[in-house]
Amino acid sequence: MLQILFDALSLGSLYALGALGIALIFGVMRLVNFAHGDVIAFCVFALLWPSTDAMAIVFAGQLPWYLLVPFVLLCGAGLSVLCEVVVFRRFRQANPATMMIASFALGFVIRYFLLMLFSSRPKSISLLPELSQPVEILGARLPLLQLITIVATMVILIGLTLFLRQTRFGLEMRAAAENFSMARMLGVRANRVIMGAFALSGALAAAIALIFGAQTGTLDIQMGASIMLMAFIATVIGGLGSLGGAVLAGFLLGAASVIMQVMLPIDARPFRDAFVYGAVILVLLFRPQGLIAARGTKERV
Amino acid sequence: MGVAASLTNSTAAGAAAAERKPARFALARRTILTPVLLSLLLLAIALITVMTGSRPFNQTVIDVFVRVILVVGLYIFIGNSGVLSFGHIGFTCLGAYAAAWLTINPMMKRGSLPGLPEWLLATRLPYWQSAVLAALFAALAALIFGRVLMRLSGIAASIATFAMLAMINTIYSNWESVTGATSSVVGIPIVRMIWPYLIGAVVAIFIAWAHAISRSGLALRAARDEPTAAAASGIDIPRERLVAFVVSGAVMGLGGALMAHSIGVVTPDTFYLGLTFITLSMLVVGGMGSLSGGVVGVVLLSALIQALRWLEAGVSLGESTFALPKGVQEIALGVIMIVILALRPSGLMGNRELTLPRSSRNK
Repeated sequence: MLQILFDALSLGSLYALGALGIALIFGVMRLVNFAHGDVIAFCVFALLWPSTDAMAIVFAGQLPWYLLVPFVLLCGAGLSVLCEVVVFRRFRQANPATMMIASFALGFVIRYFLLMLFSSRPKSISLLPELSQPVEILGARLPLLQLITIVATMVILIGLTLFLRQTRFGLEMRAAAENFSMARMLGVRANRVIMGAFALSGALAAAIALIFGAQTGTLDIQMGASIMLMAFIATVIGGLGSLGGAVLAGFLLGAASVIMQVMLPIDARPFRDAFVYGAVILVLLFRPQGLIAARGTKERV
Repeated sequence: MGVAASLTNSTAAGAAAAERKPARFALARRTILTPVLLSLLLLAIALITVMTGSRPFNQTVIDVFVRVILVVGLYIFIGNSGVLSFGHIGFTCLGAYAAAWLTINPMMKRGSLPGLPEWLLATRLPYWQSAVLAALFAALAALIFGRVLMRLSGIAASIATFAMLAMINTIYSNWESVTGATSSVVGIPIVRMIWPYLIGAVVAIFIAWAHAISRSGLALRAARDEPTAAAASGIDIPRERLVAFVVSGAVMGLGGALMAHSIGVVTPDTFYLGLTFITLSMLVVGGMGSLSGGVVGVVLLSALIQALRWLEAGVSLGESTFALPKGVQEIALGVIMIVILALRPSGLMGNRELTLPRSSRNK
């Protein structure tokens, strides 16, 4: 039972972090960032030296953890800000569909850039191997990593909340998310806020990359995609632009996946995802604006 | 006397009404040039292909025509309703598998797909019949899903259609006895002639045109541009969206069936995110507000992809061979798409249709 709870929490953590990264950018720019998954993949591959061999040549991955973590976070934030400066800045006035397709095209570029450097074969590495030992808590054997995932997510969420609530920059960002043009008129610098949002979102992508890479031990160019899709759905169920909603929905989706895995009859288990997506449609039917509707996203007449 | 007076009266009233109301088919006559020109464009491509007579080129052009069907199918819903749908490739998947069920040799079917019902196991239809049935099957699925999904709008609708795509994909990748799960279903008769695909594409274009100028299509476009005003004028938005959803579902199913016949093999993952995004990109790059935009987007992006592939394979310039490293093709495609969208955010065609200059002056 405890095992299920922890499974749900750790899967939910990944989805919640991903959803947060997408919601942050949507909040300030109304951009649904499809390149997010590829930023995740890029961060994982930042640990390796470029080579097309099947064997992974670990480069940055050999650093001790207190250097490794900031390095990957910086990679993610840097790439994300770069995307903003080079690409998304030109699309501020475009309609959402155009921006969405542009972000998809950008993700495509990142993915094939990785493919060129690393080839499409999955690579196995052991990232921070000491984390996979099991620990015993309240009679359940859990991998230490799962515990760290949950704790790290909690720390990130609390830190982010404090940042958004207590600092001036956080205040500006929340103001921009609520009503962008009004915030600009009141002296919030648009470029700074948007770049800040991209940097945060990139760092969150890097955090997912670290956790996911350590969990699975294999690196694959496609690996960002599956998380991104669930995160993307979580953002919408949570209420687009609402950060709290994104986190809540991320955990709910994780819980739904794990619970269905356990509760469904054996025959129906391969179809688990179909049930999860069915539940998503149901939620949207009853609350099309999301679980926690963000202010300012309501359509005005 | 009285009768005659009332007769003249009624004719006068009729004449007045005719003056106020545009003549019948006026809209059709004014807009028919667009589908005709687009069809002529495709016909020209087909004729050039047949004249060169090269096999690989033939296959490429068939792919282009299949994509035209898919993108036109997307346009019918997305372009007219303004709601971005990620789920339409799901209907393509349904159409392709339906075509596979109907056309594979019964002996092979019994071995590879034993879970099919008996009557389906025994049938074997020619490809064009199966394509029509596949389109109807996809339309039925669109009707069922649409009844639920069309109550949503905006980004929630987009995500719900995406969830639908993921559901269809999960079911088709796991239902071993009926869809062969993730392994490919082989033995679909391959049609190598170019004409069926051309006819399919032209039919799709004319369906899109007919829907766009129909009462329902006009109402839907009004609702896209001014939802509140349209709803206040008595337009039932979910209903008009459902009509477009079903029509586009049918066209996507047709495209799926023809796609199955063009490659002869279907797997669930052929009809998933990759195809969704490439078709959506073609629509958006061409301009999602117009039918011409969709068709032009397909033709241009396909030509671009093909040119980059040739470069990747190597082109001999005099003595030396010039070849791009692997992966550059996709990167260049992505970069070019971003540049086009940055320069022309509403797509290459804007929201205009392709017509002759004369007809636009008459407006």
